[in-house]
Amino acid sequence: MRLEPKPQPSLAETLFYPLGAIVATFAVAALLVLAAGASPFSVFALVAKGAAGSQFALLETLTRATPLIFTGLAVAVAFRARLWNIGAEAQLYIGAVVTIVLGTGALPLPAPILLPVIMLAVMAAGALLLLGPAVLKTSFGVDEVVTTLLLNFIVLLFVSMLLEGVLKDPMGLGWPQSKRVIADAQLPRLITGKRLHFGFVIAIAAAVVTWVIMKKTALGYEMRAVGHNPDAARFAGIPVNRVLMKTALLSGGLAALAGFSEVAGLKGNLTLDLSPGFGYTGIVVAMLALLNPLGVVAAAIFVAGIFVGADAMSRSAGVPSYIAEVMVATALLTMVTAIMLTRYRIRWR
Amino acid sequence: MSGFNRDMPSPEESFENAPVVLRLSGVTKRFGSLTANDAISFSVRRGEIVALLGENGAGKTTLMNILFGHYVADEGTVEAFGKELPAGDPRAALNAGIGMVHQHFTLAENMSVLENIVLGTESMWLIRFDHRAARTRIGKLANDFGLAVDPDKRVAALSVGERQRVEILKALYRDARVLILDEPTAVLTPNETEALFRTLKILVAEGLSIIFISHKLNEVMAVSDRVLVLRGGRLVGESVTSRTTRAELAQLMVGREIPPPSVAPATVGGPILTFNEVSTARTGTGTPLDKVSFSLNAGEITGLAGVSGNGQAALAALLSGIERPMSGSITIGGKPVANWSPQAALSSGIGRIPEDRHAIGTIVDMSVTENAISERYRTRFSRHGFLDWSAARSFAEEIIRDYDVKCPSPETRIRLLSGGNMQKLILGRALDSDPSIILANQPTRGLDVGAVSYVHQRLLQARERGAAILLISEDLDEILALADRIVVISKGRLSAPSARGERSVREIGELMAGHQDAALELAGAGNAA
Amino acid sequence: MEAFDILLQASFWVAAIRIASPLIFATMGELICERAGVLNLGIEGIMAAGAFAGWVTVYAGGNLWTGVIIAALVGAMFGLLHGTLTVPFGLSQHVVGIGITLLATSLTYFTYRITLPEVTSPPKIAPFQPLPIPLLSEIPVVGAALFNQTPLTYLAFVTVAVVAWVLYRTPLGMAVRAAGENPAAVEAQGIGVTSIRMGAVMVGSALMAIGGAFLTMSAFNSFFFEMINGRGWICIALVVFGSWRPGKALLGAILFAAFDAYQVRLQQLTGGVVPYQIFLMMPYALSILALIAMSRRASYPKALMVPYQKGER
Repeated sequence: MRLEPKPQPSLAETLFYPLGAIVATFAVAALLVLAAGASPFSVFALVAKGAAGSQFALLETLTRATPLIFTGLAVAVAFRARLWNIGAEAQLYIGAVVTIVLGTGALPLPAPILLPVIMLAVMAAGALLLLGPAVLKTSFGVDEVVTTLLLNFIVLLFVSMLLEGVLKDPMGLGWPQSKRVIADAQLPRLITGKRLHFGFVIAIAAAVVTWVIMKKTALGYEMRAVGHNPDAARFAGIPVNRVLMKTALLSGGLAALAGFSEVAGLKGNLTLDLSPGFGYTGIVVAMLALLNPLGVVAAAIFVAGIFVGADAMSRSAGVPSYIAEVMVATALLTMVTAIMLTRYRIRWR
Repeated sequence: MSGFNRDMPSPEESFENAPVVLRLSGVTKRFGSLTANDAISFSVRRGEIVALLGENGAGKTTLMNILFGHYVADEGTVEAFGKELPAGDPRAALNAGIGMVHQHFTLAENMSVLENIVLGTESMWLIRFDHRAARTRIGKLANDFGLAVDPDKRVAALSVGERQRVEILKALYRDARVLILDEPTAVLTPNETEALFRTLKILVAEGLSIIFISHKLNEVMAVSDRVLVLRGGRLVGESVTSRTTRAELAQLMVGREIPPPSVAPATVGGPILTFNEVSTARTGTGTPLDKVSFSLNAGEITGLAGVSGNGQAALAALLSGIERPMSGSITIGGKPVANWSPQAALSSGIGRIPEDRHAIGTIVDMSVTENAISERYRTRFSRHGFLDWSAARSFAEEIIRDYDVKCPSPETRIRLLSGGNMQKLILGRALDSDPSIILANQPTRGLDVGAVSYVHQRLLQARERGAAILLISEDLDEILALADRIVVISKGRLSAPSARGERSVREIGELMAGHQDAALELAGAGNAA
Repeated sequence: MEAFDILLQASFWVAAIRIASPLIFATMGELICERAGVLNLGIEGIMAAGAFAGWVTVYAGGNLWTGVIIAALVGAMFGLLHGTLTVPFGLSQHVVGIGITLLATSLTYFTYRITLPEVTSPPKIAPFQPLPIPLLSEIPVVGAALFNQTPLTYLAFVTVAVVAWVLYRTPLGMAVRAAGENPAAVEAQGIGVTSIRMGAVMVGSALMAIGGAFLTMSAFNSFFFEMINGRGWICIALVVFGSWRPGKALLGAILFAAFDAYQVRLQQLTGGVVPYQIFLMMPYALSILALIAMSRRASYPKALMVPYQKGER
């Protein structure tokens, strides 16, 4: 078997294979539903209803999509430059920690100033966290996949230490949780009485800004060049290591905003279960979006819908909600295969 | 064209009674719209050396890959010793007694010579294998055929010549009866080449048959019994070597008389770039530069001759700005350079044509436009960090027009361009800003004749307007044709330069082999010319 | 002085070898994959799948060794998937590996939930028991540490010997090493690169799964979520630390496990002055340090993470 590059794939082809990937994902899910002893169609209907069947469901999906947009953007940006940032989870938690440190009354500033200040600090913290692995990659050749993965565990333990130590809420009845952020450090709700918050708007804005960076700026051009071929980029005079550093800063900063948005917009405080793997799911979101920043928004909403829908479904149909995770992982694998098939033709002889 | 009529029976002399060991019938291979091999048929007899002559891109390597089972032909068959070989199965080819020495060696550097040789010759499921028997056998083969090499040495520690011997031993160890050598002399010094030819003569005397793939006429004339000429994927001629001439072969190979580029006498100006005792660090497997001094003068093409792997890569990396000197200094326009980098090289006015179009010269998954601006995106095509895509696109269109790049649109991915068009784009990118210094590293390798003369013309034009050009080439004929001055590199050191025609080819060959007179080793040789 | 005394206790070394055992299996698995040129980041998920598969087999009434075999088969299946996507399809080994980890983990949790819908605390099985080896187990400290372990630990050590023998003494091992160094060399000798790499990834993944199964069937006696807890990633660091050599990787795994066992005891000794999380971070931090320390010296397989297509050179 050999792969032959196709000339410019047609529009039909660029749509056919990714759609096929989605279909394949649902086929796998259907098998699992059958294994769980339920009917796939009724389960999928329940998932769809739970994800988008009512105003409540839709808002819940958008709320869940918010952190995924941030982590998806972080991964999309990094993967474009072939910086394998698998540490969005850790960057998210660091962002949350900074939000708590600055947002629980330490800075006596009014909301319009306080929130941007916290955001900048959050982004700086996340950026610095990814800078370490990036430096290890460029100056020691240490694979950043492993270092960012290991950092996820270290950071989570660090957060656990803080929550049982300096950041512990004295009113928390012994639970490892932080104090709540003050009112001025809270992001407003978009609709009174609903959970969807201003973080969603920031996420959309972040996606647009990231898109502009990738498409319109010299930095975006450099990142793509480095991602495609670092040797050729270096030859052309692109400062490869510096571009990787900038990529790391941008990616880490974006991922950290997910933590900020969850704490300041939704939860109000920091606990160890702030993120049910948003960092890892961001990888899937980014790949489903073919690393396009605007596509990340759509992919994040789709993935969030599956999660929210599966939660609702599992309560009524009794199929474990882990099916959402399985679908998301399957979608990742089928999508990378689909991308390959749009670019290459398989010749069996 | 007498003697080359393919409809006539092949004029074979001493081999006409020898049995046919290998027969190709109507082999055709297409890659997309390109027909790499077009209905090729020929046979090889026992005990003869058949040369397969053709330019780069004529389809020689594709043909051998089909023969060896790496590729599957779209049409046609390969027969070895009267039996048809199954398509696409290297193992079947090996078992049928066909051995191949690839142009790029296929050795695992982390393993010993012995391990590389026996790899794949034993059943995969043996729980151990007999090192001692293998070692004895290799020793005997090495002795019989003059292929001395230590079986327990790691391949990483071997010289290029030794590696080639290991490759030949690999085939002999499997009792190969037909040996295919793909451009075997490209990496050898003249002496090593002679030793190889001696080995080949011993092999055919033992009854093996050899297919010798080359684009070098001299070697084909020297070593082969019969020669087949391939052009544009088709077999265009066949003759007993002793009945043909160099000139006749050359004409067949390129299909038309190639007029040598008409080179007007140079109007040489002063030195623009000077290397003063420059050494580079040892990186990977490449040969570093060892106290190299020379200069490039305005309006002059300096040709760097040498066997591949003698420091050309280090010199090119240095001039491109990818590497920095470990010691010594570089001056450009009288000023020593500091903070050397690709950016610095570009802004000092060096136009660079890299050796490897795919891996270094272009980013194949980006568009023509994106590749056209890659050296100047910050300075010329962006403002406040934002790229001016319309300016970029019109620049790309300008290069496409001025340099005759054939491509559907500026948005086309480079991957879809032919080698020649890729090279023209690189040429346009490098020459557009009228650089005062030009590094042309193997600028015509793998190109068809038309593209070659196009590149040569452009380089000569640049020389006319006063650029200082360094032409690095492993093709001595190219250097002899273009260079006003020749320097030879060997083991990271440079010979003193010689003017056009001053040294004989033989003399240059001696220098390539590293046999320098003490007199030539005098430092500061660059200023002697 | 107490901190030093720990090193002389037999129980400390027993624990160290026990902690090392799953790492040894999984490290050998990863080593085989990487020697053939494939980085297998599915390791974390494959260990989880193996842990569950082995355990649930025994829970359903199967024999302990049947459990080990089932775990290995499940691992090999994920290896088949990983190999298909990364070897003939040539997809990014990073992305596919992460995908396999996500898939294997979530499938495991899903299956756990449908197999045991009602339980709140995970049920227990009768795990492998220590099998003292006569005479040898009576040597002080060393005897208890090395020769009074469960059969699965002995199997771990046997695995290292077998992997080392196969890699360096057999034609198959040569082909694997060559595939990771220069696949063209393998193909030129008539051996299929795809089959060698696929085979290596499947066997390697099976070993990873057995490593996971060790946790549920020998170290503990039930299955928990998140029980792999980064062990897979640590094994990837151990392969680098061991310079892709089975013996050195074994040494690395034991050193690492000894450190882990030591920090647990030190934690008890310091009595809560230092937050326990600091001790728990150490294995991960140590892995990063090991990667940095070895980065300059490591002679990695040249074709690692480089997909190969037939006829390509």
